[in-house]
Amino acid sequence: MSTVNRETPRPAAGRAGIKKELPAHFKDYRHVWVFIELERGQVHPVSFELLGEGRKLADKLGVELAGVVIGPPGEATRPAVADAFAYGADLVYIVEAPLLADYRNEPFTKAMTDLVVTHKPEILLLGATTLGRDLAGSVATTLLTGLTADCTELDVDTDGSLAATRPTFGGSLLCTIYTLNYRPQMATVRPRVMPMPQRTDRPAGRVIRHKLSVPEDEIVTKVLGFLPDSQSANANLAYADVVVAGGLGLGSAENLQLVKNLARAIGAEHGCSRPLVQKGWMSADRQIGQTGKTIRPKLYIAAGISGAIQHRVGVEGADLIVAINTDPSAPIFDFAHLGIVTDAIRFLPALTEAFTRRLSPHNRDKLAS
Amino acid sequence: MHIVICIKQVPDSAQIRVHPVTNTIMRQGVPTIINPYDLFALEEALRLRDAYDGEVTVLTMGPPMAEDALRKALGYGADRAVLLTDRYFAGSDTLATSYALSQAIAKVGETFGTPDIVFTGKQTIDGDTAQVGPGIAKRLDLLQLTYVAKIASLDLDQREIKVERRSEGGTQMLKSRLPCLITMLEGTNEIRRGSLVDALCAARSQVLKWSAADAGIDDLTRCGLRGSPTVVKRVFAPATRAEKAAQIDTTEKALRDIADELIAAIFTRQPALEHELAFNGGA
Repeated sequence: MSTVNRETPRPAAGRAGIKKELPAHFKDYRHVWVFIELERGQVHPVSFELLGEGRKLADKLGVELAGVVIGPPGEATRPAVADAFAYGADLVYIVEAPLLADYRNEPFTKAMTDLVVTHKPEILLLGATTLGRDLAGSVATTLLTGLTADCTELDVDTDGSLAATRPTFGGSLLCTIYTLNYRPQMATVRPRVMPMPQRTDRPAGRVIRHKLSVPEDEIVTKVLGFLPDSQSANANLAYADVVVAGGLGLGSAENLQLVKNLARAIGAEHGCSRPLVQKGWMSADRQIGQTGKTIRPKLYIAAGISGAIQHRVGVEGADLIVAINTDPSAPIFDFAHLGIVTDAIRFLPALTEAFTRRLSPHNRDKLAS
Repeated sequence: MHIVICIKQVPDSAQIRVHPVTNTIMRQGVPTIINPYDLFALEEALRLRDAYDGEVTVLTMGPPMAEDALRKALGYGADRAVLLTDRYFAGSDTLATSYALSQAIAKVGETFGTPDIVFTGKQTIDGDTAQVGPGIAKRLDLLQLTYVAKIASLDLDQREIKVERRSEGGTQMLKSRLPCLITMLEGTNEIRRGSLVDALCAARSQVLKWSAADAGIDDLTRCGLRGSPTVVKRVFAPATRAEKAAQIDTTEKALRDIADELIAAIFTRQPALEHELAFNGGA
């Protein structure tokens, strides 16, 4: 793909490398970039969350924050550019070409690596979505630089390095990772891990346009079609304001209906813990936790979920966590805000009924007045 | 056809404990398994082999004990197993890992025939990065097909493959060419029960153990800790929250009353929520 980086002299590495100074040829790498993930005209909200984090990093470093938009020419990228500025970017790089209309690894990797080699950012952030992970791995390998995946905290060290903290071993431990002798320092962050920043409409800043240097006939992979998820299958779990989830404590796949009933009554999305997906009780796109979705709802109700560390990692951002579990020593009570030691199978119908009563039109009118 | 599948032996994360003082993973007594995501890739590889005839080589990088994972894979029906093991690989990050594995795959190709497809799982359950597959693809210049839910068609003569790929909000139908690297999505198939014959073969067949030199890796500076651009500076346990959950007392109360009490507690803590649920939720 790119031969540029093979010429990069590799610094002496090893443990001693930790204290080494950044090689001279990387010293002009400056500024923070956020990849604005645009697929079929939609900007993924994780890009805004990253702009929020990127803004903080750029301010600490005293550098600029840039959004990177890759897409087809014309109108399609316009909202993405406006969004980038509204969420804090100082400037936007656009790579435009008709063949960038659908995401494909080859041209997107080429577009991103060309841009990096030309403009030299010190930090490059991408969302840990299917698209972002597909792209980040290729870009980092092409550039032979470090990539820290699924970060939960990003900070700038006193020496200006990116300190990227991520869970490891299913969330049992956290580790802070540096890319000391290579640039850019790349990191991905999962949707909903970082808070959504405030949108402020501001005048657009600089927009720097690039053409893609690769023609369609050099790209092997072709998109034959796209089948959007049906509304029901498209679990918008990550961005739901209220989530109800079930765990092994529900005892059977049939009892998941109790979770769905409560979710329907309060307009929530429903989900589950990992063992249920492994048992085939629920589809993988409904899994909440380190290997599933990270959620940040205003209210999270966990029924029959013990609260293993890998589940905890995915729900800690919730404003209010309610746990229902028969075992008073279940770890979920260590991080839930409200707990009830009782059998979820018996309690969920009562809770559904009580919510329905409380939120009934009669009471709703009282609330409105 | 020749298929190479990369697997990883991982600790069963459901049983991991962290040492309270040293903050290290207590591996003792924790059973190891084949990374569960890899089993979907392995099954897909075996199905293709069964349908198109050929061989499946299973490859892992790890300590000597990773041989167990390879034996399991042979038990499922893989034809050949290669263990890439060398102290030079210790401390590899995703970039160094993809370098070592890609070199080994190239060597497997030289020795047993160039692979048409390289499979990996979607990600591992211990590292969770999902970056090694794309790294291998880039280094070997294989077409990269990640999050594949289904292989719709394969034409070995035309070297053409069509797949359904999971993407944000839908499924992409892609046409690409061999050789390619596929990372297989979970839940797309179910690993077979190995046959008795395979079990016997697994017990008897030899796992090839390759050092860095055996795999043709001459540049050791690109391996292990030295070849890893990322450096782990600090490892620590997640902060525990000081206060535990406030418990709703359930003794000698009707479920209905407990439910009302819980709802009251929820709305006391999140006053704006009642309005939102009443007007946006339910109905």
